[in-house]
Parts: sequence; C-alpha cells; structure tokens
Amino acid sequence: MTPLPLVAVAGNPNAGKSALFNALTGARQKVGNYPGVTVERHSGRLTLADGRPVEMVDLPGSYSLEPASPDEAVTRDVLLGRQQGERQPDALIVVLDASNLDNHLRFCLQLIELGLPTIVALNMVDLAKRDGLELDASVLERELGVPVIETVAVRKRGTSELSQALDDMLSAPFCGVHKPVKSDLIHLQRRAREISAAAVVSETPVRRWTHRLDAVLLHPVFGPLILAAIMFVMFQAVFAWSETPKGWIQGGVDWLAVQASMVLPAGLLRSLVVDGAIAGVGAVVTFLPQILILFFFILLLEGTGYMVRAAFLMDRLMHGVGLSGRAFIPLLSSFACAVPGIMATRTIDDPKDRLTTILVAPLMTCSARLPVYTLIIAAFIPNTRLAWGVGLQGVVMLGLYLSGIFGALLAALVLRRGVLKGSGGGFMMELPKYQWPPLKDVVIGILTRAQIFLKRAGTIILGTTIILWALASVPQAGPGQKQSDVSIAGKIGRGIETVVRPIGFNHDISMALLPAMAAREVAVSAIATVYSIDSPGEAGGASKLTQNLQHRWSLATALAFLAWFVFAPQCISTIAVTRRETNGWKWPLFMVTYLFALAYLAAGATYWISVAAGLGG
Amino acid sequence: MNAPFHSDVIGLDRLPVGTRARVASVDWGSLGAGEANRLRQFGFDEGVTVELLHLGPFGRDPLAIRVGRMTVAIRRKHAGAVGVTPIEQ
Repeated sequence: MTPLPLVAVAGNPNAGKSALFNALTGARQKVGNYPGVTVERHSGRLTLADGRPVEMVDLPGSYSLEPASPDEAVTRDVLLGRQQGERQPDALIVVLDASNLDNHLRFCLQLIELGLPTIVALNMVDLAKRDGLELDASVLERELGVPVIETVAVRKRGTSELSQALDDMLSAPFCGVHKPVKSDLIHLQRRAREISAAAVVSETPVRRWTHRLDAVLLHPVFGPLILAAIMFVMFQAVFAWSETPKGWIQGGVDWLAVQASMVLPAGLLRSLVVDGAIAGVGAVVTFLPQILILFFFILLLEGTGYMVRAAFLMDRLMHGVGLSGRAFIPLLSSFACAVPGIMATRTIDDPKDRLTTILVAPLMTCSARLPVYTLIIAAFIPNTRLAWGVGLQGVVMLGLYLSGIFGALLAALVLRRGVLKGSGGGFMMELPKYQWPPLKDVVIGILTRAQIFLKRAGTIILGTTIILWALASVPQAGPGQKQSDVSIAGKIGRGIETVVRPIGFNHDISMALLPAMAAREVAVSAIATVYSIDSPGEAGGASKLTQNLQHRWSLATALAFLAWFVFAPQCISTIAVTRRETNGWKWPLFMVTYLFALAYLAAGATYWISVAAGLGG
Repeated sequence: MNAPFHSDVIGLDRLPVGTRARVASVDWGSLGAGEANRLRQFGFDEGVTVELLHLGPFGRDPLAIRVGRMTVAIRRKHAGAVGVTPIEQ
C-alpha cells in the first residue's frame, strides 16, 4: 500500500495555522510524538472532492528555517525531509496572517524557495479588513508564483477552495526541483516588505482592539491585578464548577460497584473487580471534571493570546529567580500536568533557562495531586467559614498551591546560583492579536486531554491498582489477622515504613507510596484498595474512605502526607519526559533526588511541628 | 551607552512610551547569535519604524514594541542594542 499524500501546514506562530488545520481535518486528529524529541505531531485526514484521502500534518509555528528551539528544528527537518519518522511532504500549505504580511511573507518566501508544490492561505482576511487593511490576493499570487487563497479559518471560509486547489496541485505531475535555500534573512525580509507594500490596496489607520485591550491588560498597575484576578477565578472554578459532575461520576462508580457485587459470586474475582478495578480506577476518574476545567482555562488563555501577556507581566519577576517570562507558560501548564508543561519548555531558547524550568516544573501542583489533596482535606480539615465565600478548606488548598510555587521559585534561585550558574537567556516573544478562539478548537483540545487522562486511568492506573490488589490480597490473612499486615504489599510497605516512620507516615501510607510512583493519584486508589481489602463485603467501600482515614490517621500524619505530596516526584511519566527532554539520565536523577530530599524534609518538619503543637493524637 | 550612535540617535530602551522612531542601526555584535537571529526574524532592520507601546510593571522591563505590523516583547538590555531616531509628531 502506498502511503497517502502528505500535506504539511506551515507558517509563523500566530498565523492561525492550527485553526486552519482544524477547519480542514475536523475532529479526526491524532496527536503523537516525533521520535527522539518531545515535539507533538498533530496529524489528521482531509478527503478531497474526488474522494481521495490526504494526510495532513500541522508543523510547529516557526519564524524561519533557522531554528531557535527544538520545535522549530522539527519544522525545518520535516520540510527538508530530514526528520526521523516523517516522510518529506508532497505539498505545502503556507499560512499567512493577512494583517502581518511584512513579517509572514519572509518565511513564506523561504518556504517557496524549497521548491515543493505550495499553496498560500491568506488567512484572517476578515480581521485585516476590520483593521482597515485592503489586500489584493492576485498581486501576491503574481509576485509569489504560487496559488493564493483567501481564508478565514475560524469561520471555515475558503477551506473548500483550499482543498480544491490542493486537489489540482496533487493531480498535476510534480516536476519541480528541490533547491537549496540560500537567501539570507535580511534579503528575504526586504523582498517581503516590497511584496507586502505592492499587495496593499488601501490602508486606513484605525485604533485596533488589541491596542485598546493592551492599554488595560498591560497597564503597570491594572495588568498585574487583572492577572491575579484571572488566576483566582481559574482555581476557584476548578473546585466550584466540578462539584456537580463529580457527584454524578461518584454516583455512577458506586452504582457500578453495587451491580458488580450482585452479579459476581463472593470470592477472589469479586474482590478483584470491586475492590481492585472499580474502587481504584473510580477514585481517580471522579477527578476528570477538575482536570478538564483546568485545561479549559489554559486553552482559553492560550487561544485568546492572553497567556503571552501574562508572560510579559511576569518576566521581570521570573528573571529575578533566574527564569524568563517564557517559563510562565510551561509552569502554568504544569498546574494541569507537568508532562505537557515540561514539553512546553521547548519554546525557551536558552538551554540553562530551559533546564531550570524543567527541574522546577514538577513543583507546580499538578492536577494529579488534586485527588490526594481533596481527599485528605475533606477528611481532616473542618469546613469552617472564615469569611464570606472563604472556607478553611479552600485556604489550606491555596496554601498547598502556594507552597509549591514558592518551592519552585526557591529551587530555581538555588539552581541558578549553583549547578546551573550562568547568565540567563533573553525574553523575546511576539504579542499576538487578541482573538476569541473558536469554541470547536477549545473543545477539540479538551477532548484530546480527556482521552489521554482516561487512557491513563484505563492502563497505568488500572494496571497498578490490580497489581497492588494482588500483592495486598495474598497470602490470605488468617482469623484475627489484618489483611494489610500479612500480605506481600504489607511486607514491602513495612520496609518503606522504616524509612518514613520518622516523618509520621503509617503503614497505609507506606503501602501507597510505591504504587503512587506510577501516578500520584494512584495514592488515593491504593489507599482505597487497601481499605476495601481489609473490610470485604462492604459495598461502596470507596465512599467510606473518608471515615477510614479519620479513624486511622492523626492530623499530624495527614498534614505531613500533604507536605510530602507538595514536593515528592511521585510520577514516572514526569521522570520519563525529563529524561527524553534532557537526553539522558543525569538530570532526571538529579531531579528525583532533590525533590525526594525536599519532600522528606518538608513532611518531617510538618510532622514534628504538628506533634509539638499537640496534633499527633 | 550612546557611543556607537550619532547625536540624534538614542537606544530603543530610552525611547519614551508612545513615541515612534526609525531604526538607525542595530549593534548586532553586542547580541548573542540566537538573540540577533530572533530580532531579525521579528523584522528589526535599518529604516524600519518602531513604537514603544508598553513597559513591564516591575522595573520597567521588558518592553513591548511595535515593529512593522507586529508587537514584540524584548528585554531592556537587548533593546539597548537598537539605535533609533525619534520621529517628530
């Protein structure tokens, strides 16, 4: 079978490339990885008018073929046919922002020089018109020597014309030659300005929306205040909006456990399904709403163009601890999950800046910690109202988030003074126009994340839970013995316990620490599984988790456990992605060591102080 | 700081907010290779019109600058490498 024709979508960042890609391919997208690097590969399928399928790939946005980041290197290598795991594209769609031709045409000229069959999508013509800019596409077509199609990707305007042009281009025999790209940037830039000037029919200066918004959002006083308010609303929403859907999922999980208990005969199989699979995975899946709400905000902030403004506002402060404003975006993404956060560091040009950001990213409170925090807080912190709309539980949660942030800033500062000494890189970013991201793009983004999370719950979390169930179930306890003492898991737990006993961790926690290396949220399912096994026959064991905890743990232990989770690198995926991003074991090992040391000290200090304060009982 | 420039030329970092200026020269040599490349990619070049739009809230750093039709953020120390002539308005 011959592979489908491959069409690459390329262009500057902020040209609306991904929106066009989404408009052409719809929701049937695949997100993969290029081998050897952690640059995401977005691909999808487009069916041409005559029914022929074409594979489309959305290349990372780039300013030129001279890469300044791993992302841009992938773009260059794919286009030159040098990228491992990707064939050279058969055709190219170059996306231009109609209102930023001077700049975008430069990369476009460079891409046309490659000699691949090329179509130019003159995108966002509606916004250009709104800004008083009238363009003549035929002039561009003449000057560039390739078809130019006007599009408004977010409204799907021009997509059928584009796919028609693609059809014509792929049907015609290709007789071009691949020419080496030789023109230098300055030369290309000047040529781009000439063409741009020729293509402008009329230009009426108007005060643009973006400028008015920036006057407020980048205001020296209001800017930071608005940023703080947005962060506050975001984290508030993660908890407030998720209550109802969480209840539904919890109800569904409980119902499923009851049904399974009725269908299956009492014994090992029922225990595996009810105590292992349903209790374990169920405890984690209930956090899906919170994770999706967090991603919704991050996608929205990125899509509107606000995220870069946040980086602008934060740059000076981040610079103070040896990071750049660019690190703000990966670190904020790390609140959802450190894995995409660490992957997002590839936009940071300076290697030391980037490495520091990678090493501190796991300190941002990722959504996998939420299940752990929520469970422990609900069990041990009274829901006292401190003021209108402010509860003690929320304050403790905020404290945990802040501990992570301060820990990260402190760690960055120490790293930049020590192992990663050296002058920082710069901060150079484009501030794109504000726009309302198409709902569809946000939905596609959220669905992709939901899919990844559920896949994790169905594989890693299910697998670890079943292994833990097995280790916790054999050998069977005799009369008068507790299952969690006798089992293999119990014995492993006892070994870990000798190390963590001084910081107040009990047997349950010791048993949960090892499986929680697979993913933090497994700690919840692991504890749930241990308790289910200890008290068989009780349907809906997961719901009893809270009472069990209150019964078995002291407040000092609970607080120490929370402190541990603020710092501990309890996540194999993060370690794996760090290894991939830093090309070796040196930095992931360093990260694991310093984070475990921090976690041990923090948990220990919390426990000792709490016991001294009389909370150890 | 002003040594490499003519008398009416100032560093971009000294341009008052809201002022437009024409780029007179760029001291590419004082920038790292990556930084110089990025500035070129943003369209910094002799003769180009720029405008200082905003300053960062802390320490008046970084700077938001309009170059051609796009707005970019760069740090004060890099802006100092760009010599500009303010345009009378």
